[in-house]
Amino acid sequence: MTTRRAFLQTGAAAGGVLLVGFHIPREAWAAANAAPGAPFAPDAFIRIDHQGAVTLIMPQVEMGQGIYTAIAMILAEELDARWEQVRLEHAPPNTKLYGNPIFGVQATGGSTSVRAFWTPLRKAGASARALLIEAAAQRWKVSPDTCHTANSTVTHQPSGRTLAYAALVDDASRLTPPAKVSLKSPSEFTLIGKPVKRLDTPDKVNGKAVYGIDARPPGLKFAAIAICPVFGGKVGHVDDSKAKQIPGVRQVVVLDELVAVVGDHTWVAKQGLAALDVTWDEGPNAHVTSDDVWRQIRASSEQQGAVAKTAGDVPKGLGTGDRLDAAYEMPFLAHAQMEPLNCTVHVTADSCEVWVGSQVLARAQEVAAKVTGLPLEKVTVHNHLIGGGFGRRLEVDYVEIAVRVAKQVDGPVKVTWSREEDMQHDVYRPVYRNVLAASVSDGRIIGWSYRVTGSSIIARWLPPAFQKGVDIDAVDSAADIPYDIANLQVEYKRDEPPAVPTGFWRGVGPNNNVFAIESFIDELARKAGKDPVTFRRDNLGKTPRLVAAIDLAASKAGWGKPLPPGSGRGIAAQSSFGSYIATVAEVEVSESGILRVRRLVTAVDTGIIVNPDTVVAQLQSGLIFGLTAALWGEITIKNGRVEQSNYHDYRVLRINEVPEIEVHLIASGEAPGGIGETGTTAAPPAVGNAIYAATGVRLRRLPIDPKHLQRTSFS
Amino acid sequence: MVNLRINGEMRELDISADTPLLWALRDVLGLTGTKFGCGIAQCGACTVHLDGAPIRSCVTPVSAIGDRAITTIEAIGATTPGHKIQQAWLDLEVVQCGYCQSGQIMSATALLASKPDPSDADIDAAMAGNICRCGTYVRIRNAIKKAAKS
Repeated sequence: MTTRRAFLQTGAAAGGVLLVGFHIPREAWAAANAAPGAPFAPDAFIRIDHQGAVTLIMPQVEMGQGIYTAIAMILAEELDARWEQVRLEHAPPNTKLYGNPIFGVQATGGSTSVRAFWTPLRKAGASARALLIEAAAQRWKVSPDTCHTANSTVTHQPSGRTLAYAALVDDASRLTPPAKVSLKSPSEFTLIGKPVKRLDTPDKVNGKAVYGIDARPPGLKFAAIAICPVFGGKVGHVDDSKAKQIPGVRQVVVLDELVAVVGDHTWVAKQGLAALDVTWDEGPNAHVTSDDVWRQIRASSEQQGAVAKTAGDVPKGLGTGDRLDAAYEMPFLAHAQMEPLNCTVHVTADSCEVWVGSQVLARAQEVAAKVTGLPLEKVTVHNHLIGGGFGRRLEVDYVEIAVRVAKQVDGPVKVTWSREEDMQHDVYRPVYRNVLAASVSDGRIIGWSYRVTGSSIIARWLPPAFQKGVDIDAVDSAADIPYDIANLQVEYKRDEPPAVPTGFWRGVGPNNNVFAIESFIDELARKAGKDPVTFRRDNLGKTPRLVAAIDLAASKAGWGKPLPPGSGRGIAAQSSFGSYIATVAEVEVSESGILRVRRLVTAVDTGIIVNPDTVVAQLQSGLIFGLTAALWGEITIKNGRVEQSNYHDYRVLRINEVPEIEVHLIASGEAPGGIGETGTTAAPPAVGNAIYAATGVRLRRLPIDPKHLQRTSFS
Repeated sequence: MVNLRINGEMRELDISADTPLLWALRDVLGLTGTKFGCGIAQCGACTVHLDGAPIRSCVTPVSAIGDRAITTIEAIGATTPGHKIQQAWLDLEVVQCGYCQSGQIMSATALLASKPDPSDADIDAAMAGNICRCGTYVRIRNAIKKAAKS
């Protein structure tokens, strides 16, 4: 069934047409459509050709989260397109057409795709369907109200006459879209909510899928790079005489902070790089260590921050009942996505062409224009499938570097980062320190004070959103804490670490906050002498969807059933990314402190579910991602550089280390929530709380340090 | 000149003998289904078969291959176990970003070819060298078992 296959063309085939097509005004576009052979293209997302093929343009990028299929389902649902005739194309860079309504940037991140595009894409699909109905009704000279659609066909119900969408392309193109469209009610959905097979996966099991790293424009050369290992350092002196003697090495490019060797293939480029004699001007950060980072943030975290949320009388609240104080700390994390950073660029006197996988395509185009000095329209960017984003590809540093290298090279050049460069020149999940105080009385939380201290990624990445000293991402899931607390203050204290660049990492702000809050809630439950599930239920009166998730997870996990000594269950609950999730972890800890996570049970209410199997997959994925971070994730700094370099010293979970995972979905008619990052935030506090249940040891820092779990240390 | 037998075809490559097979496949021959992940045999993304046995092509110089048959992801579907694994991968929707899956499928296929009914321990042993950052492991395990039964 080849027709069922998605045609994920590399941008090379898809990009140019769209850039032209969607830039022209609606009237001109309609006129152009009247030309023989032109498809019906009512908006930036939908094209239907005379053969009935339905091409859907993907405003969000596919990096594993299944969004291409979910977006296609949303569009096809309201369009009533025949699913077997759906083809997908990557969107070109164009913020106006494809910008994420939540950010105002053409960006895929923050588990926003379905939330942001749910309504606009339904309207786009419904509007196109209305035009097709109108075209058919005019042809038949009947009222549109007597027509209905299914499987890319309009049917006139009284007469039984039918017209395929393919036959209506020209007529529909001449019509003006309706000002108002009616959307289907969920009971009318035929695709949404059904487990639909992903469209991007068939080519991912046979080697045909094309990622950025697979781009091969004719005449391609290959480059390897070495960036000054010290953050902020520069190239000192380069002797390239040995490198240039290696057959296949074509060129050595020396830039401010890096050297690149260009060769006939990546291996000779790497050989050339190894043969360079480079001295670095390490600059002012040459002596920065992790200790410096922690000393600074600990001092900052003792100072007043900007108030993100305040309610009631916090001093009075904290003075009522039993008070508890704690501080939680989170390390730097690297993304370690499987596809190392790479970007292919061809710069000529009057053009720049870029092949890349990016979560922010328009920014990739903008940075290429800036570096080359070319106007935006002279920069073509072809997006690709992404071999793991997790926030790393929300940056365009690797595009900028590739364009700077390519400016010096005659012809196209692919710059591929080694794993070591990728890990040591990441933008890191910031270190955070969270200072908490709370009071409980009769099993209720009376007062609550929470201060997040850490780098502001928003201030750099989306400056207009950084207002009054508050990073809205850094306090996400803290300022909007789901618990009933009458007297509450949440603060954000900005603290930029010395030397180390920071960026978004899967789970973003909630990743830090959910760990600190859900660990601390567990502490409060113990302080109040309550069972952690009961305590949460009792304090979540305003959040019934979360209570339902807790009940389901607890029931499925066998909460309360006896476990052998050294074992324990812990629960964590969160209302993050518009989804309500409860997770129970079951762990065992040996006498020598060896931790084994046996089982993770998650229940999720994410509102209306577009593709149920994708939701399950994302929870499985996120839980493992979060567990990796909880167990081992830490980037450390010595002499101004990152100490870790590859998967041997920055471990990620392997198949033999994965616990049993169960995901339970809760049916809901509420608006769709985000899902891609939820599991990542859920796993660490659930595991931490289970460790407490098993051992009585409270871990207030990640990653988990096994030496705290040895029996001798807590007996 | 180096001669290699790749997916049933003899190919002559003008590369130095120390070139890892990975870069010969990807950059010289354009067989980009085999992926670069770590360069030090830690992640398994570059896994291909030499006479049916899984190897990490990122640390295998072409000089070490001789006349052994190289099979890559592009051709593994033509083998019975390879086809079963690919089908099970799709049936159970294993794949997310997909970048590691060429290597996962090559390792799983080699496992199935040598052990038609692998135990969990067999799966752990054969697959622990293949990292998946998307965490598709639960489904990889189930898909191998499904392929074994098919």
